[in-house]
Amino acid sequence: MIKLIPRVENSKAMILLSPIIALILTALSAFVIFVLILEDVKVSNVFFTLFVEPFTDSYYFSELFVKAAPLMIIGLGLSIGFRAGIWNIGAEGQYVVGGIAGSAVAVYFYDVEAVWLLPLMAIAGILSGMFYASIAAFLRVKYQVNEILVTLMLSYVAVFFLSAMLQGPLQDPSGFNFPESRMFHDSALLPIIWEGTRLHIGLVVAIILSFIAWFGIKKHMFGMQIKISGSAPRAAKFAGFDDNKTVWYTLLISGGLAGLAGLFEAAGPAGQLTPGLPSFYGFTAIIVAFLARLHPIGVLFSSVLIALSYVGGENVQIDYDLPKSITQIFQGMLLFYFLACDILIKYKVILFKTIRQTL
Amino acid sequence: MKNQLEIQNITKSYGDLKANDDISFNIKPASIHALLGENGAGKSTLVKVVYGSLMPDLGEMKWLGKSYNPKNPFDAREQGIAMVFQHFSLFESLTVEENIVLGLDGVRLDESFTEQIIKYSKQYGLDINPQQVVGDLSVGARQRVEIIRCLMQNPKLLIMDEPTSVLTPQEVTDLFVTLRKLAEDGCAILYISHKLEEVRQICTQATILRGGKLVQNCNPQDHSKQELAEMMIGKKLIQLARSNITTGQDIFSINNLSRKSDDMFGVDLHDISLTIKKGSIVGIAGVAGNGQDELMQLLIGEVEASAETLVFKGEDIGRLNSHQRRQLSMFFIPEERLGHGAVPDMGLNENMLLSRPQQSEMTNYGVINWNNVEKLTQKVIDDFKVQTQSSKMQAKSLSGGNLQKFMVGRELIQNPELLIVAQPTWGVDAGSENNIHQSLISLADQGSAILIISQDLDEILTLCEQIHVLSEGSLSSAVDMEDNGLEKISNLMLGSEQR
Repeated sequence: MIKLIPRVENSKAMILLSPIIALILTALSAFVIFVLILEDVKVSNVFFTLFVEPFTDSYYFSELFVKAAPLMIIGLGLSIGFRAGIWNIGAEGQYVVGGIAGSAVAVYFYDVEAVWLLPLMAIAGILSGMFYASIAAFLRVKYQVNEILVTLMLSYVAVFFLSAMLQGPLQDPSGFNFPESRMFHDSALLPIIWEGTRLHIGLVVAIILSFIAWFGIKKHMFGMQIKISGSAPRAAKFAGFDDNKTVWYTLLISGGLAGLAGLFEAAGPAGQLTPGLPSFYGFTAIIVAFLARLHPIGVLFSSVLIALSYVGGENVQIDYDLPKSITQIFQGMLLFYFLACDILIKYKVILFKTIRQTL
Repeated sequence: MKNQLEIQNITKSYGDLKANDDISFNIKPASIHALLGENGAGKSTLVKVVYGSLMPDLGEMKWLGKSYNPKNPFDAREQGIAMVFQHFSLFESLTVEENIVLGLDGVRLDESFTEQIIKYSKQYGLDINPQQVVGDLSVGARQRVEIIRCLMQNPKLLIMDEPTSVLTPQEVTDLFVTLRKLAEDGCAILYISHKLEEVRQICTQATILRGGKLVQNCNPQDHSKQELAEMMIGKKLIQLARSNITTGQDIFSINNLSRKSDDMFGVDLHDISLTIKKGSIVGIAGVAGNGQDELMQLLIGEVEASAETLVFKGEDIGRLNSHQRRQLSMFFIPEERLGHGAVPDMGLNENMLLSRPQQSEMTNYGVINWNNVEKLTQKVIDDFKVQTQSSKMQAKSLSGGNLQKFMVGRELIQNPELLIVAQPTWGVDAGSENNIHQSLISLADQGSAILIISQDLDEILTLCEQIHVLSEGSLSSAVDMEDNGLEKISNLMLGSEQR
């Protein structure tokens, strides 16, 4: 028989080992799946394309960070909310709304070249993301409506709102009726930080933001407030924290960051607002946040890991004609094993033969 | 005369820890035998061995002269040993008789069964109505149901675990009448308690355990309460006394505070008024569930009151939250340790930050100075003798008594002008209780005011010079202790049952 016994103290070794065990288990499971679905192809070649190739080529390497940047920004915001037990599941919606609002500014000033344009677009993205998340905050605080449902449902609304905008006010007048906005001109585009690639300033912003978040969480009472609210709501009241404020703060932060990421995606790799903006980054960032154990610096690494599954996943789709869902299967397994292995931090596994009857 | 139960050299270990180390004693027929000891002394282990839910590693038992090795509690009950647990196992939505029949094997609920309940009820003064729904009963009445359920099995030994911890003084007196009668009729009683005064009243034999070992078998009536306590903890107790009760002007008052509870099962508070002077210790007695939790929430500031209903140092503070109140030098120790006064999964150092007045210099504009936090945590651990490996140990890994010492220390280290504390020694061993009481007294001696809300009447009587009683959400005026005070308190506590 196998039994899990609570440890007296969290195992420090397991805190480091559990992600490695999870990675190994994910790789083993992926191996089994490839063996089952692949014909006439060496599994080792697929593994190479999936995990190693993105590091060997400078374009693929830069794409890792192009994809990691929005995941970082959204994942940061979500990890702050999840610490407080506020489950913003619909960052995708806030991301889309942020992209729409930021693009609207770019389209409105399509003939104005100015340094203030990009900051203004960023502010529009942040504020609209905050606004979109504040609907859930308001309903939760005022009527105790579950924020999981509200944010999730609103993310579908956002996607349809995007279609409506692209066939209406934001459509390119000279675009042959394609549902796309005008191309942004240069001062509405994010500066590229690596010549010849799509890697933009968003990565730098993401890294700066994660250090700010780290400070807020580790060195400021705000971090204590969300931590205490998340694990012991009565103790939070005892400490004098207003639980409604915690709901507001965390939803506004995660909504605003998702909105910023949406604008960065439109003004970065895309260069215009397209129906392709909703790319599931908002949902994938949930995995990013948990892989990082909700730690702001951890988000830097987990987002790159997930980005690897995107870039590598696309490559195996092209090279070996594998289905697109390979990426999602990989991400799902990673999260599953990661959460499962984290049990080992708080519990130890023992084998035993007899059970003694107790009262 | 043969012994009812002989316990010979019982030893039981959990890993390296000897929970019971070579324990022997006898329970005489028709006796009320006390089992005394602090938390962790080995009382529960021993009782589990007797009741068949644990097997001893060594040693044997004799029941009515014959060898006795119960394999499980069912076996123990078959042979005539019954137990009333500290936490009752009754279904609230069922009637008394339904609950009793559910606990028994091979009987049906019919008229003769109900008659039998009534017979026991009359015979032993266990006032109960078989048709009443348990959810409507007071704690004392629920205990009577549990006792009757045990009596239906014709036990020859009744084990009672901390039976009086939830009862009013009057209910305790009634219970003792029942227990004495039971003993006379030949049912021995093993009485587990830490309330030494009661043990001295009712028990003629006592077995005292400490750290798993037998300290002494004695007649508790031959020893003073203090001697018994010192045997239990193995060291001298500090004599509790206020060195100088010099009360100054009023520092805190509650003025006509009423509040409907938000909770369906909560208690509404009616027109509560109270004044506390500097340097005085004021107690609010009462049975749990009469509005203590609701009142405490308002006092801490977790629930907002009208501004003028709470006045501290001349300032209306009803609308301030707990953090703002602490800036004025009001501090609080709630009853529930884990999840309310401390966050279970956080270290002691992080838990320090729950109570962080400006003067503590733990935070500055919200930025945490972890150096200062660490220093202050260490000071609490040292000054209040909190036993912990480090200041980073999670709150939940500390024993109840240790965590309580930490929580008391965390607030006392800020030199509160007013300390409001609920159940300061709930579930705390005698040694720690003595320490906590001593530190409260010295705080008051320095001129601070203290408000204690406690169910433990002994505690209130020991510490407080002004006593109120909370019953059904109403607070009595201060009880005049000179004139039959105890009886008045008892009646006030029972307020609901008299109406």
